[in-house]
Amino acid sequence: MQEFIQTIVNGLQTGSLYALIALGYTMVYGILKLLNFAHGDVYMVGAYIGYFVIHWFGGPTALSIPVPLLILIMFALASTGCGLLGVAMERFAYRPLRDAPRIAPLITALGISFVLENTVLLLFGGFTRSYQTESFISATSGIHLGGVTINIVEIMVIVVSVAMMFGLRQIVHRTTLGKSMRAVASDREAAEMLGINVNRTIALTFFIGSAMAGVAGVMSGLAFDQITNTIGFLAGLKAFTAAVVGGIGSIAGAMIGGIVIGLAEAFSLSYISTKYADLIVFGILIVTMLVRPQGIFGRPLLQKV
Amino acid sequence: MAQIGVDDWVAQSGGRRDGGSGWRKLLARADSRLGWWPRLALVTLAGLIAGQLLTNVNLQTVAFNSLLYAMLALGLNIAVGWAGLLDLGYIAFFGLGAYGFAVLSSTATGASGSGGTHLPAIESIPIVILIAGVVGVVIGLIALRLSGDYLAIVTLFVGQAFMEVVNNVDPGTLGGVNGIFGLDSLHSFGSQVTSPLGYYYLALVMTVVLAGILHLLDTSRTGRAWRALRDDPLAASAMTIPVNKLKVMAFSFGAMVGALAGTLFAAEQNTVFPTNFTANILILIYACLVLGGVGSIAGAIAGGLVVTIGEQMLSSPNDAGYLFYGLILIVLVMRIRPWRNLAAVLTGVIGLGFAAHALAGAISSAAVAGAPGSGGSIGSAVRDYVIVPANPATYGNILYVVLICALVVIVRLHGTRRLLAVVPTVYIAACCWEARLIVNPSITTQIMIGAILIVTMAARPQGLLGTHRVETAEQ
Repeated sequence: MQEFIQTIVNGLQTGSLYALIALGYTMVYGILKLLNFAHGDVYMVGAYIGYFVIHWFGGPTALSIPVPLLILIMFALASTGCGLLGVAMERFAYRPLRDAPRIAPLITALGISFVLENTVLLLFGGFTRSYQTESFISATSGIHLGGVTINIVEIMVIVVSVAMMFGLRQIVHRTTLGKSMRAVASDREAAEMLGINVNRTIALTFFIGSAMAGVAGVMSGLAFDQITNTIGFLAGLKAFTAAVVGGIGSIAGAMIGGIVIGLAEAFSLSYISTKYADLIVFGILIVTMLVRPQGIFGRPLLQKV
Repeated sequence: MAQIGVDDWVAQSGGRRDGGSGWRKLLARADSRLGWWPRLALVTLAGLIAGQLLTNVNLQTVAFNSLLYAMLALGLNIAVGWAGLLDLGYIAFFGLGAYGFAVLSSTATGASGSGGTHLPAIESIPIVILIAGVVGVVIGLIALRLSGDYLAIVTLFVGQAFMEVVNNVDPGTLGGVNGIFGLDSLHSFGSQVTSPLGYYYLALVMTVVLAGILHLLDTSRTGRAWRALRDDPLAASAMTIPVNKLKVMAFSFGAMVGALAGTLFAAEQNTVFPTNFTANILILIYACLVLGGVGSIAGAIAGGLVVTIGEQMLSSPNDAGYLFYGLILIVLVMRIRPWRNLAAVLTGVIGLGFAAHALAGAISSAAVAGAPGSGGSIGSAVRDYVIVPANPATYGNILYVVLICALVVIVRLHGTRRLLAVVPTVYIAACCWEARLIVNPSITTQIMIGAILIVTMAARPQGLLGTHRVETAEQ
């Protein structure tokens, strides 16, 4: 029972990270019908920004500022940095290809992902870096339930993710920006004719999505401790799976999908096999595709001629 | 009375004038008269002559690899270029071919040191190709349910799944992370291929035969149907084209070609490792295809040659310089017109470099204490040109970031401003190259491969040899 609850907590933690990344995928896909393979690498860049912030303020063992402030600064810098990276990607790589054949931006996305991964490798080296979270956030503090400890990092990851998703939902449904995002997603040309600044809307979508991935990167560094330049690939893949399982284009779907994938992964890690956890996630994707291609929350697409 | 043919002559005059003059015109005319098959024969002849000229074993291996990548690009082209299905699991079929061959031609399945299966190539290769074809059909059947982007992600997972299986299945069978080694050479009818040159000729024959078959396929009813499917699946199905069957066929054919290349690769290398089939290799194959021109047989072959040879040159500090500076020069010559501007820019680039070097040297001798990363004649030529401090790593990293920013700025500028911005950018590129990039050839190669994908898609989506496609962006 103890292990069971611990597994659920782990699953929720991983799942909320996947959900945060998945939101970026789903937003960009919803608005541009573009699969941004480089999104996982944006998350990786976020993790690196967080790492350098820690070292900027004296390193994990000799922090010069209080921990909550440090985490706030990490979030702020990672989300701004990654957001700008996302906007730059959109402006220089994807915008020129907006009316190109469908396959062209996908190949560009592959290229960007590859360049980002290797740029980080060139600049910071290929070795694994560690956040050493335990030296400034105690691993034992947190909520104790029977024999299970839900530590502060786990609580923070889940709470921050849920808060950000809620915030995003408010943005999309309550603000003018959200309205123009929905308009551009449903028909770009018509939105343009109605006076919506399409380029700005798309750029802001990229900014928000990438900023969320940046925050997810920082939190994954705090939660899993180790980062390398290749963490983006698998995380991106799984987050995309989450977006598809939940129903691509749907924000609630990305959340639920992320949690589903996170739980599935956690359970297969602790009860089935550590080796095949990725294959099980893959199996979920295939089954979803075959049984309900539009995902849990998606609506079936009508094909237009 | 108008003379017969005058109208034709007048109509063609524009084309004649545009054809250029002198040797260029002759070349263009010869090019337009030569059919596809004679061209293939010429290329084959060139390949045979090249084989005779390659005396160095390293060069023979490079030549083999370039043909291997040409074959891989040809296979990828079937699904990606013709049928328009973004197949990111292609690497799994390459790996399937290699591992299939390895299991059928080594002691992998037997007790250690004895036994195992040792089929002759004439049996093992068809078996492996058949298996790959069947797997291709299965994945194609899944693909049927998915439109473009979903397909990409599922196939990406297939590639990943292949890696996981190979890495984790009982090491006694597939070798785990250590791979399978000690494979047989390709052997049939009592003779076997052992030398790199032998594999080169074999790859040449296979590539030519493959190109021939693919050309027949391309011009057949099936090839036309694939292109119809690529351009508009809905319209294609309205024209009674069996869309689903064609998708599965494209997948399966691509898988078979990939597996064929895999068997050849495994036999030449004598071993197979899981790391031979990572996403990096997949991107490399994509770079070959995209650079050569998606959808074109000649493009796939040319892309394979160019990318492999470029990669090889980059790994040697003496040759990498030629590639880098040559590429910059070619881009400048092609993009800057008229020649007066070109001369001004080149003078500016050279002058700026020597001036900056002299200035930096006068301020602090430590700032120019480092040696350029290039060796050979290029290294000595740029010694007084680029600024390389004694400990160049951090300096090079900063320059790299500055360089990317400068490139981004150049894209946004136009006219004279762009010309002015080009001068310092080229110099920064040269400094960064000598200080940082050339010191890490493998990372530099990867970055350049990624850049090939991005730049080709933005600047020339049809690649080097492809023809421009007019398409409507229907979703």
